[in-house]
Amino acid sequence: MKLHGIKVPHKKNTAGCKPVRIPVPERVVIPMSMHIGKLAKVTVKKGDELKVGQLIGEADGFVSSNIHASVSGVVEKVDEMVASNGSKVPCVIIKSDGKQEMYEGLKAPDVKDFQSFVQAVKESGVVGLGGAGFPSFVKLGVKDLSKVEAVIINAAECEPYITSDTRTMIDKSDFVFKGIDAVRKFMGVKRFIIGVENNKREAIEVMQKSAEKTDDVEVHVMPSIYPQGGEKVLVYNTVKRIIPKGGLPLDVGVIVTNVTTLAFIAEYLETGVPLVEKCLTVDGSAVKEPKNVIAPIGTPIKDLIEGAGGFKSEPAKVLYGGPMMGIAVPSMDEPVLKNTNAVIFMDEKEATPPKTTPCISCGACVSHCPFRLDPREISRAYKLKDAEALEALCVDLCMECGCCSYICPANRPLVQTNKLGKVMLREYLNEKKARQEKENKEKEKKEAKK
Amino acid sequence: MSKLISSVSPHFYGKRTTQTIMLDVIIALLPAAVASVIIFGLRSLLVIAVCIGTCVLSEFLFQKLCKREVTAMDLSAVVTGMLLAFNLPVSIPIWQAVLGSVTAIIVVKQLFGGIGQNFANPAITARIIMMTAFSGSMTTWTMPGNGADAVSSPTPLAAAAKGLKDAMPSYQTLFLGNHGGCLGETCALAIILGGIYLVIRGVITWHTPVVYVATVALMSFICGKDVLYQVLSGGLLLGAVFMATDYATTPNTKWGKVVFGVGCGLITILIRFWGNLPEGVSFSILIMNILTPYISKLTRSKPLVGGAKK
Ligand code: SF4
Ligand code: SF4
Repeated sequence: MKLHGIKVPHKKNTAGCKPVRIPVPERVVIPMSMHIGKLAKVTVKKGDELKVGQLIGEADGFVSSNIHASVSGVVEKVDEMVASNGSKVPCVIIKSDGKQEMYEGLKAPDVKDFQSFVQAVKESGVVGLGGAGFPSFVKLGVKDLSKVEAVIINAAECEPYITSDTRTMIDKSDFVFKGIDAVRKFMGVKRFIIGVENNKREAIEVMQKSAEKTDDVEVHVMPSIYPQGGEKVLVYNTVKRIIPKGGLPLDVGVIVTNVTTLAFIAEYLETGVPLVEKCLTVDGSAVKEPKNVIAPIGTPIKDLIEGAGGFKSEPAKVLYGGPMMGIAVPSMDEPVLKNTNAVIFMDEKEATPPKTTPCISCGACVSHCPFRLDPREISRAYKLKDAEALEALCVDLCMECGCCSYICPANRPLVQTNKLGKVMLREYLNEKKARQEKENKEKEKKEAKK
Repeated sequence: MSKLISSVSPHFYGKRTTQTIMLDVIIALLPAAVASVIIFGLRSLLVIAVCIGTCVLSEFLFQKLCKREVTAMDLSAVVTGMLLAFNLPVSIPIWQAVLGSVTAIIVVKQLFGGIGQNFANPAITARIIMMTAFSGSMTTWTMPGNGADAVSSPTPLAAAAKGLKDAMPSYQTLFLGNHGGCLGETCALAIILGGIYLVIRGVITWHTPVVYVATVALMSFICGKDVLYQVLSGGLLLGAVFMATDYATTPNTKWGKVVFGVGCGLITILIRFWGNLPEGVSFSILIMNILTPYISKLTRSKPLVGGAKK
C-alpha cells in the first residue's frame, strides 16, 4: 500500500546557504510556552542581570521545558503576551547589552547512564525542533527501553522553502552522528533510520558517507512527496507500520526525532550550552536575498530580515514555518521560538488565497489524503453539526497537513473545517463522557441505597 | 505597515481550479468537434454554438434571478453545452436544441443545487428527455456528405440490429466516423484522443472508460455479436470517456469507478440486445447515476486508523 500525498513546489532556494549569524537584537521577547505542555515558571524578575544560557523559566510539571536567556543584558519586564493559539502567556523581555557574554555556570553535563542522559536533555531545554515543539526529554524518557526497536531520524523536510534541517545535515553532520552514538550508548537502541527526501542531494551524500562507517544506521531516501515528514507518514514509509489512531510511534516500537534536535542534543552534551539560538530559513516572495540565519530565541522576526537583504516588496503575510502547515503571525513583532525553523515573508500575490467556489465533487481531496480521510464529507458533517458522523469519519486522525486544501480545485477551506470538526468532536466526546460518568454515579447511588 | 493577512494553513495553493479542469475537458472535446464539422458540415458548428450559448446564458440568468452566486464563468456550462450538442443529430431544429440546453442546465443541474450537487448528468438527461419529446427529429440521421438535406439513414447499430448488411459501414469508416449518428459520437479516433489527453492531464482516471468498454466488448463477444461494431458505435466511446467520468454524478473511488463501468456496460448490452433501442448508452449512464450514491457508500475509502490502540 502506498500513502497518498501531493507534489508541492520545493522552493529550496536556501539549500546552499550556510547560516549566518544576525547582529544581536536590541531586545528579545521570550515566552514561557514554546513547547507542548505546561507553561514554564518564570524564575527572574525585572532588573535582573542575565548572561546567555542562564535559566529564566523552569519546567513545571511532567510535560514542560526549561527556558534560558538568549542574550546577555537586563530583564526589562516580565510581561504577558498573546500566543499564536490565542492564549495569554507570560514572557520575559530582555534588553540586550550586545556583549553576548556566556553564563559562567554552563558546563558539559555529566552523563553516565540513561537517567542522567534524559536529565541532561531536560536541562538543555530542547524541544522537537522540526516544528512540533514536544519536549524531547519526555519523548526520549521512555519507561520500557526494550520496546524501542528503532529510532527514526526525521530529516525529510518536506515543507517548501525550509532548508534548516538540510543545513544541519551538511554543517553539523558530526553532531548528528554523535547524537546517534549517545542514543545508542544510553538507550541501547540498535537500529537508526535517517529518513530524507530525495531533493537534498548534498545532505544525503554527507549522511551516507558517515552512515557507511556504522553498521546500524541506514539512510532512507524517499521520493519528495509531501507530507513525507509527517510523523505517521515517515514511520509508515520507513518501517511499514501504521501508528494506531490516538497512539504514539512507540506503540509500533519506534521513536521519531527531528535531525536538528538530535544534533543539538549531541552539541549540548559536549558544550553544556542550552537551546538559546536557532538556525532558521528566511525566505518567501517578499525577501530580497533568501538566507539561513542564526538568531537568538526571542528575536522579533522583523529583525531577521536585515540578514536577508531586506524586503523586495512589502510582506502581506508572514509565517512561522513553511507554507503548508505554518502559522500566519499577526505582526512582525512576534519572536523567534524554539521550534521556529523558518520565517516566510510572502508578498501580496503569493499571500492572497484564490477564490473559494462550490465543491465539484471531484474527490481529489479524498484521493490525496495520506490517511484516506474524506474532507468533503467532514465539511458536510460539520455543517450539519453531526458529531457522530465526524467520529465515524475519523476527523481526529487528520494531521492538518494541508494536502486536501492544496489540491482542491474549488479551493475549499478543508483544513479549516477539519480543525473546527475536531473541536466539535472533542466537545461532543467530553460531554458524552461526563454524561456517562454522571449516569454511572447515579446508578451506584441507587444501588447503594438498595 | 499595513495589516498582515491571517489565514489558516495551508498557505500554498494548487494551480488547478474548477475552471482549468473544465478547460481541459473542452480541449479534449475539440478533436470531436472538429471531426463533426468535417463529417456533417458547418451546421454542426451552429448546433454546438447554440447549445453552448444557451447553456451558459441560462445558467447565468438562473443564478442572477435566484440571487445565487454566479458561477456561469467556470466553463462547466460550456462543457455541458458541448456534450449535449455532441449527442444531437446535426439536423436538429434549433429551437429544440435551445430547449434541450435550458432543460440540461436549469432542470437537471441548477434545480438540484448547481455544480457538484446534481445527481444526474445534465447532457444525458436532457438528451433522454428530448428523445421522448422530439422522437422524430432526434432520430433523423443525416448521411454525411449530404449537407443540410436530411437524407435519412440508419445508424450503424440500427443497421446491425436490423441485419441490414448493406447499410453497415466498414470498421475503418466506423473508426473515422464518416457515418450516420449524433454529432460528436461518430469519430472514435477523435474521442480516444480526447480521452488520452484527459488521463494524461489527470482530469479523469482510466478506470471507468476502460472497464465500461471492456465490459461491452466482453459481453458482445459472449453474445456472439460483432465486438468492434458494438464498441465503435452508438456513442459508447463518447459516453464512456466524457459522461461516465463526470465528477458529481459518478463515484470518485477507484473501485467505485470499476463498479460503475461494469454496471454501465451490462445495462448497455441489455438494452442493445434485448431492449427496443439500438443505442442504450445514455440510459445506462443515467441509471448508474442514480445508483452512484450507493456505490460510493459501498466503496468509500477507509481511514487509516491502524491497529487497535494498545
Ligand atoms: S484531511 Fe487532514 S490529513 Fe487528510 S489531507 Fe486533509 S489535512 Fe491532511
Ligand atoms: S477536492 Fe474540493 S471540489 Fe473536489 S471533492 Fe474535495 S472539496 Fe469538493
